[in-house]
Amino acid sequence: MDPKTYKFDTLSLHAGYMPSKNAGSRQVPIYQTTSYMFDDVDHAAALFNLERGGHIYSRISNPTVQVLEERVAALEGGTAALATASGMSAIFLTIMTLCNAGDHVVVSSQLYGGTVNLFRLTLPKFGIKATFVKPRDTEGFKKAIQDNTKCIYGELVGNPGNELMNLPEISKIAHNAGIPVIIDSTYQTPYLFKPLEHGADFVVHSLTKWMAGHGSSMAGILVEGGTFDFMKTDKFPTMTEPYEGYHGLSFAEEFGPVAFTMKARAEGMRDMGPCLSPQNAWNVLQGIETLSVRMEKHCSNALKMVEYLSNHESVAWVSHASLKDNPDYELAKQLLPKGTGSMIAFGIKGGKEAGAAFIDNVKLASHLANVGDTRTLVIHPASATHSQMDEATLKLANMSHDMIRLSVGIEDIEDIINDFEDGFRAAKKPRLVANK
Amino acid sequence: MKFKVNNKEVFASTGGRPFDKSKPLIIFIHGSGLSHITWVLQTRYFAFHGYSVLAIDLPGHGYSEGPALESIEDQGKWISDVIDSMDMKEASLVGHSQGCLVVLECASQFPDKIRSIGLMGGAGAIPMNPELLELAENGDPKAVDLMMDWAHGPAGHFGGHPVPGLHHMNLGGSIVVNGSVKNALGVDFRACDNYKNGFEAAKKIKCPAINILGDRDRMCPVKAGKKLAENIENSEVEIIENCGHMILLEEAGQSLEILKKFIRKNHPA
Repeated sequence: MDPKTYKFDTLSLHAGYMPSKNAGSRQVPIYQTTSYMFDDVDHAAALFNLERGGHIYSRISNPTVQVLEERVAALEGGTAALATASGMSAIFLTIMTLCNAGDHVVVSSQLYGGTVNLFRLTLPKFGIKATFVKPRDTEGFKKAIQDNTKCIYGELVGNPGNELMNLPEISKIAHNAGIPVIIDSTYQTPYLFKPLEHGADFVVHSLTKWMAGHGSSMAGILVEGGTFDFMKTDKFPTMTEPYEGYHGLSFAEEFGPVAFTMKARAEGMRDMGPCLSPQNAWNVLQGIETLSVRMEKHCSNALKMVEYLSNHESVAWVSHASLKDNPDYELAKQLLPKGTGSMIAFGIKGGKEAGAAFIDNVKLASHLANVGDTRTLVIHPASATHSQMDEATLKLANMSHDMIRLSVGIEDIEDIINDFEDGFRAAKKPRLVANK
Repeated sequence: MKFKVNNKEVFASTGGRPFDKSKPLIIFIHGSGLSHITWVLQTRYFAFHGYSVLAIDLPGHGYSEGPALESIEDQGKWISDVIDSMDMKEASLVGHSQGCLVVLECASQFPDKIRSIGLMGGAGAIPMNPELLELAENGDPKAVDLMMDWAHGPAGHFGGHPVPGLHHMNLGGSIVVNGSVKNALGVDFRACDNYKNGFEAAKKIKCPAINILGDRDRMCPVKAGKKLAENIENSEVEIIENCGHMILLEEAGQSLEILKKFIRKNHPA
């Protein structure tokens, strides 16, 4: 006897939406509206006071965006989700919902450069400080926890160095300290990895990347696991004590396993307003419909690229957890059995100049500040995505100036390799490039 | 809100308002393995519209001290003890699934204390599938997956939660898993399976009753709900279309409207 609940690929296509409630429309309608009619004054008051569910204003919620939220919650195994205008706004909203001035967070040192700057420079302006720990330093996470620490935050596979966090162990450390774990799972998508099944309590995504795949739309999301019980600790009074903004509501008491999302929406979207447009939500939904088939191709192409790069005379080193000599190989086998993703970091012989020449001479691979597009993307992080980081922070992130970050697309692998051959040939002639 | 019943700590949500003895009391009783969270889309409305609300966590569930009570009869008596411990004379009771059995038992044992009863997915008996019962009693989380599958209608399986962003089945499952599959769900399922007094209890109930049913309910089908209603002297039935067993969440708006009309008429604020 097994449950007949829908599985991953079916959920990718159907979760969150019922045509019968939308005039039979097979495709999800785009509710391009700002606001929603109330039945009467009592109905309006009940909606504003969270006495009943429904939509008020599209900054807070929107029916098209809701489909996306439920779909991602279904795929991640979450109790609730809240979509935002971008991945960065999802991270900011999550931290601002969890923390107050005077709080502290423990953060992996290998993160997207924008996220590093958020924790290093922006959040301290609000009185929230961070301690950075190298992702492989599991004990370091434990040592960094202080009395005022409110969470551990990280990316399972760090950007751009590809080093893994031991999430199951780090989650145990966090939970023993009475704090939740937040994982940015943009690189993996729920196809490769579901952080909530390995100890994380909250997941954030930039949906702009693999989830959408098409590189057309910005979007982010926060997913709640329903696993962190705020009522069992006194560390989060804004979750457990009466909140003036909703007539004395205690979010944790009333909403339990969805309390955090309810607060993030009711307070965060109301006060900060980083809402996702219904058009972009719809665009992302189109991408999610093919998530599984795309991720399979991303991963198989990535493995071929790892092999190609590992054997290339112009390549000094390759970082990808599929490599047997990678320190994360065993952990990746355990956590990422379906594939270690399509992000590869490699060092090019000849350093920064050779890297620049390589990037300027590939034609198929796009040089841009994005990852997870269906097309192959390359960038030199030290001069682009992570350029606002100082030398010490770059070192902590284990980033070198010869590093190229490669996001492998789903083109024919022979075409990607031929393109790289052109790049490597040009990289051997840095002086010519310098004169270009 | 935390208070003591029979010297044990009990948690109940008051719907976001302080408990006020001067207002009529409604007690909401959750289903097997669940907690007060399931009632949030009903309790807040009544709490802000003239009622005192207690969405209780049964013993051994949610934040209430254990162990879970092993029989529906004991749970019915315990609800009466809740009314006494709040120093109240009477209450209306609203139950879901197993909570309906508890309501029947309480209303039949203590008719003077109960003004009206609202049932959601109520049947006179809830015999359990033996395999499901065994899984739950062994603490196997597969029991939760099966329960969520059977309990939800189309909205639960596809989506469209009344509260934007919430996921029906994962939320329901997390409430059960965050408790104890073995010591709460397993005990509850056994209590339901053992309970044979539902129809006899129903015949003793004289207060107004309503049974709100989902036409796609596979756990307490409409036929079973109607049979129960036929055994209660002063009862009515409302059927919600395209709705499974999790009526209070799947069709929270419709079920609230029905309940509002019923409670306002039979136990006015």
